[in-house]
Amino acid sequence: MVEWLAFYNDWAVIVIMMAGFYIMIARYNLVKKIIGLSIFQTGIFYFYVGLGKVDNGTAPIFLEPKVIDESAANVASGIAEQTILYSNPLPHVLILTAIVVGVATMALGLALIVRIYEKYGSIEEDDIQAIDSQFICQLDDKK
Amino acid sequence: MFFNNHFSVLLVVLPLMAAPICVILRSSKASWLVALISNLVIVLLSLSLLSHVINGNVVRYELGGWAAPTGIEYYIDGINAILISVVSIISLATLVYSKQSIRKEIAQPRHYLFYAGWLLCLTGLLGILITGDAFNVFVFLEISSLSMYMLIALGRERRQALVAAFRYLILGSIGASFILLGIGFLYAATGTLNMSDIAERLPLVNGSRTVIVGFSFITIGLLIKTAMFPVFSWLPNAYQFAPSAVSSFLAGTATKVSLYIFLRFFYHVFGTDYSFGNLLLGNILLPLAVVGFFVMSVVAVFQTDIRRVLAYSSIAQIGYIFAAISMATEQGLTAGIIHIINHAFIKTALFISVGCILYRYGTANINQLGGIMKSMPWTCAAFIIAGLSLIGVPLTAGFVSKWYLISAAIDSGWWLIAAMILMSSLMAIIYIGRIVEVFCFKNSEAEGVAKVKEAPFSMLLPLWFLIIVSVYTGINGDVVVDLAKFSATQLLDNLPGLNNPVGNPL
Repeated sequence: MVEWLAFYNDWAVIVIMMAGFYIMIARYNLVKKIIGLSIFQTGIFYFYVGLGKVDNGTAPIFLEPKVIDESAANVASGIAEQTILYSNPLPHVLILTAIVVGVATMALGLALIVRIYEKYGSIEEDDIQAIDSQFICQLDDKK
Repeated sequence: MFFNNHFSVLLVVLPLMAAPICVILRSSKASWLVALISNLVIVLLSLSLLSHVINGNVVRYELGGWAAPTGIEYYIDGINAILISVVSIISLATLVYSKQSIRKEIAQPRHYLFYAGWLLCLTGLLGILITGDAFNVFVFLEISSLSMYMLIALGRERRQALVAAFRYLILGSIGASFILLGIGFLYAATGTLNMSDIAERLPLVNGSRTVIVGFSFITIGLLIKTAMFPVFSWLPNAYQFAPSAVSSFLAGTATKVSLYIFLRFFYHVFGTDYSFGNLLLGNILLPLAVVGFFVMSVVAVFQTDIRRVLAYSSIAQIGYIFAAISMATEQGLTAGIIHIINHAFIKTALFISVGCILYRYGTANINQLGGIMKSMPWTCAAFIIAGLSLIGVPLTAGFVSKWYLISAAIDSGWWLIAAMILMSSLMAIIYIGRIVEVFCFKNSEAEGVAKVKEAPFSMLLPLWFLIIVSVYTGINGDVVVDLAKFSATQLLDNLPGLNNPVGNPL
């Protein structure tokens, strides 16, 4: 039980991702679909952030190492200085890029929804499908 | 041919810089010229790159002078050099074609945005092909996809185009997110993002569950992006409702580039033995591919809109390519690469000829196009030649790829699959033959089809250029076959890793 709880961030990732995925599948409202996509992507961002975190690690900023042991032998072998534990900054930087991409995706999706609403008068997928099939029937009648 | 290592980075920088210039110029003609000139330069650069790489060199370009595992590296060997040339040539041809075709589809004041989006999409596609960094693949994939959604939404039947673009956006983002997640798992397992470096370090963590999970996520993401059989639902609507220039470009390049990512990851990064030996990827892909090309060929027979016929046939062709590459033999891989190249040219030519018909008649519904051969002989002739090539009639490019496909299947001892490929080619005869019959033999006067002029010269020029390329590669098949064989052996051999670079770093 305790080992399972130790991976609490991975559990959070799974729950967030699947919640977003479920919204995308189960909801027919286009805005809700975009919200689902956004939650889904947030789960992935969280995964990357968790990946870079080191227990008790600080922010990866260069600090002057503190000398804790001044005996000559230890200075020579390099263990005189207190090691500073950093979190791995690389996944965090990567996910900044992915967040920007996610924002762009969401903006484009919402812009498309605005245009869809202007043309169809609805953002429910059922209504849109009904209008489209009606349109195709009319085309067939014309022939 | 003159070659410089900096050419590789120019391929991405040039369209990226040209896109904002288009937006600044704001004029339809000027932005078209900017796009055309930058694309022409890209074609020359890519051909120079190809002629350099084909001698067995591997180009490794360190971005900003940072050495590879730390910095981002551009990595070009046979397979990407070939596809870079194919993508840039197709983009040039469709760009020439787009000038006339978008006049009737997109309002004049928005043309510059169309060209800016086009260049960004080209940036993304070339970036995917050129980069040797796994995370960069994701970033470029999203650049190309986002601009592609925008281009599709500009379509002629505005309403359906918007919905098609939205559906593609949702599915494409899910696919890209899965790829991102998979790359994250690979990073967690190996601690590096450079593809050659990952390939070298993966054997050290072989069998780890992290790698298997990453592998699965990347597989599913790529299947969505390539519109493989069960997850293709975004493709038919996107191809049908996009502006005709965009669907020609999309049909020739987007899925092919995703197929390239597939080849790169599963043959190079994970290694052939791991993906097809340990994890039995072939056993999953092959049934899907076979069902895919068979069922989709049948579905294509029953469509009334020509663009939809071609879209379903595209999914079937992707099935062929997957069937070939999941054999994991040299012949299979060669056949797959040949078909990627040939199909890119053929499908673009077909979509351009349908675009020409759309330009004059305003419809691609097969029931309203009886006897148009009389009005538009050049366009219809091009459609027929490209259609024969799609079926795989001798003397066309399609024959070469079908020949290699079937002989690869027989070499692996898969007679049943060879028979299935032949059967689905018969379906292709039906769905192409049905259209050709309407074009040539129906009486146009009885059907009430108006008489129109032939399509403008600037639209016929790129169309016939592509037709001549595909007929030439059909008669002199060695050109494409040699290139494909070379890159297939290069992919299957142990590629130079970071610690034993065979290439020539800058």
